[in-house]
Amino acid sequence: MTATATSSPGLVEDTPPTGSAGLAGIVVDTLTEAGRHLRIIPRNIELLIFATIQPVMFVLLFSFVFGGSIATPSGFRDYDQYLMPGIFAQTVVFGSAFTSIGIAEDLSKGFIDRLRSLPIAQSSVLIGRTISDLVRNMITFVTMLLVAFLLGFRFEGSLLAALGATALLLFFSYGLSWVQALIGLSVSSVEAANSAGFIWMFPMTFVSSAFIDPENLQYAWLRTVADWNPFTKVTNAARALYNGTDTGNNIEWSIAWAVGMIVVFAVLATRKFNQISD
Amino acid sequence: MVAVQTYGLKKHYGDTKALDGLDLEVQRGSVFGLLGPNGAGKTTAVKVMTTLARPTAGTAIVDGINVSENPKAVRSRIGLTGQYAAVEERLTGQENLELVGRYFHYSKASQKARAAELLEMFDLVDAASRPAKTYSGGMRRRLDIAMSLVARPSILFLDEPTTGLDPRSRIAMWDFIAKLGDEGTTVLLTTQYLEEADVLAEKIAVIDSGLKIAEGTSDQLKDQIGGDRVRVSIVKRENIAKAREAIASLTMGVVEQDPESPLTLSAPIRAGERVVPEMIRALDAAGVDVADVEVRRPTLDDVFLTLTGHQAEPQESVEEARL
Repeated sequence: MTATATSSPGLVEDTPPTGSAGLAGIVVDTLTEAGRHLRIIPRNIELLIFATIQPVMFVLLFSFVFGGSIATPSGFRDYDQYLMPGIFAQTVVFGSAFTSIGIAEDLSKGFIDRLRSLPIAQSSVLIGRTISDLVRNMITFVTMLLVAFLLGFRFEGSLLAALGATALLLFFSYGLSWVQALIGLSVSSVEAANSAGFIWMFPMTFVSSAFIDPENLQYAWLRTVADWNPFTKVTNAARALYNGTDTGNNIEWSIAWAVGMIVVFAVLATRKFNQISD
Repeated sequence: MVAVQTYGLKKHYGDTKALDGLDLEVQRGSVFGLLGPNGAGKTTAVKVMTTLARPTAGTAIVDGINVSENPKAVRSRIGLTGQYAAVEERLTGQENLELVGRYFHYSKASQKARAAELLEMFDLVDAASRPAKTYSGGMRRRLDIAMSLVARPSILFLDEPTTGLDPRSRIAMWDFIAKLGDEGTTVLLTTQYLEEADVLAEKIAVIDSGLKIAEGTSDQLKDQIGGDRVRVSIVKRENIAKAREAIASLTMGVVEQDPESPLTLSAPIRAGERVVPEMIRALDAAGVDVADVEVRRPTLDDVFLTLTGHQAEPQESVEEARL
């Protein structure tokens, strides 16, 4: 080793200062990165409170405000059974915005440069980030389910189907995390990430089947948009699974969209990441 | 022994030539200063040497490894502290240091032991279990540098380590950097503060517009523009010729009369301070009353002005905005 008297005398036992190569290295580095993000969640009390309040608020707000004024679509016990899967879907999709904000924060404080100067598997930075946001979304999901259950929401299908619905929603939001990763790497500030990561989610989640039956939309073109909206597909799939009804081809569509987003945006985001300080 | 070497290093962003053929040679175990004003290309040079940016042309060899050919090997031998204190604010100082140990796949025990050493070294023991966001600017920078040293890098790159610090923290930071140098760490630091390069760096490369325009020790650079000058002010105007005669043999060149003051003479001298007493004795012996004798060493500001034709203009703002 060429390390001269680089550090103070009295060194500890030496582990070679190089990352392990290959897949094992990627796994270890990814866990380190995901761990870095997850550890700070309980320390950011404000964020934790808002991240908990938001889904609870969504569930209560939509249930109480829309519950009385929107006719329950046929085939559902009550509006909550129809609405809740839509709110679950919307909340996890909104949760993916943490990815762009988190990456933009790391960029602005120079942490990405620090990581890029370390001998770690570089892919672990984005994978670790998206995985930690997936875990965060799972926590949100549990909170939401509890509130929904208190309001009377029930799994009308099998427990397995309900688990499948939950997994599908989380997988879809994981795909969106990669879209958000590209956004976070592309914007110039945390504030910009905050708007760029959120703004398109409003039309995506509202022009969909999340809250209403798209058949009731007043313009034909809007109905077409809603029908083809990937968010409608994943909402319909989850709704059918939670209620034990026919899923049609919505599960296939949802998985295809999620896989497509992961493949395309992982490539784009990784390329962007490698050029970030160049 | 050479720690860092660059040949004809170029980095162009479209029409902007951030680096335009930079040649550097940093000896092992020395503190090397890369001095230049805003936009001179200092940060770009560091980014290329630390594998963050790819050179448009030219070669950079760090610790014997070509950065373009084997960036990962370079990364395991360097430490980088950028312009922004890149610490994880919600983790404590100790956790931040252990985190870097984890990136290097150290065992838990090694992570802890190394963190303890560095906390001690950078005077952060008392703050070790506080979140980094409660740290002052100077403490953050110290933690930042400590994080860069976890894996005992062969070469430490410090990009403007004191920019944005208040004067007291800046001087404290100088002590830490000087200590690293004394212990034999190779440090390449960039700075736009001439005084900083003067105090810390054994060798300085002055860069402007992506090119090296001068290199040497602080003294060599100062000598390039003519060494020390003495200014003698006398009390009575009629004694000016006598005074000139009295000091002439002690100076290195022409004794000039100050255009703005008929009572003041100036001349280049060698080894400033020791000449002054002799000069005063000579003037006294000639019966000339002296009002003031001043020896002026040229500053690096003078060097910069002479070399580039413009002032170095240090600014508090962050240089070379992120691209």
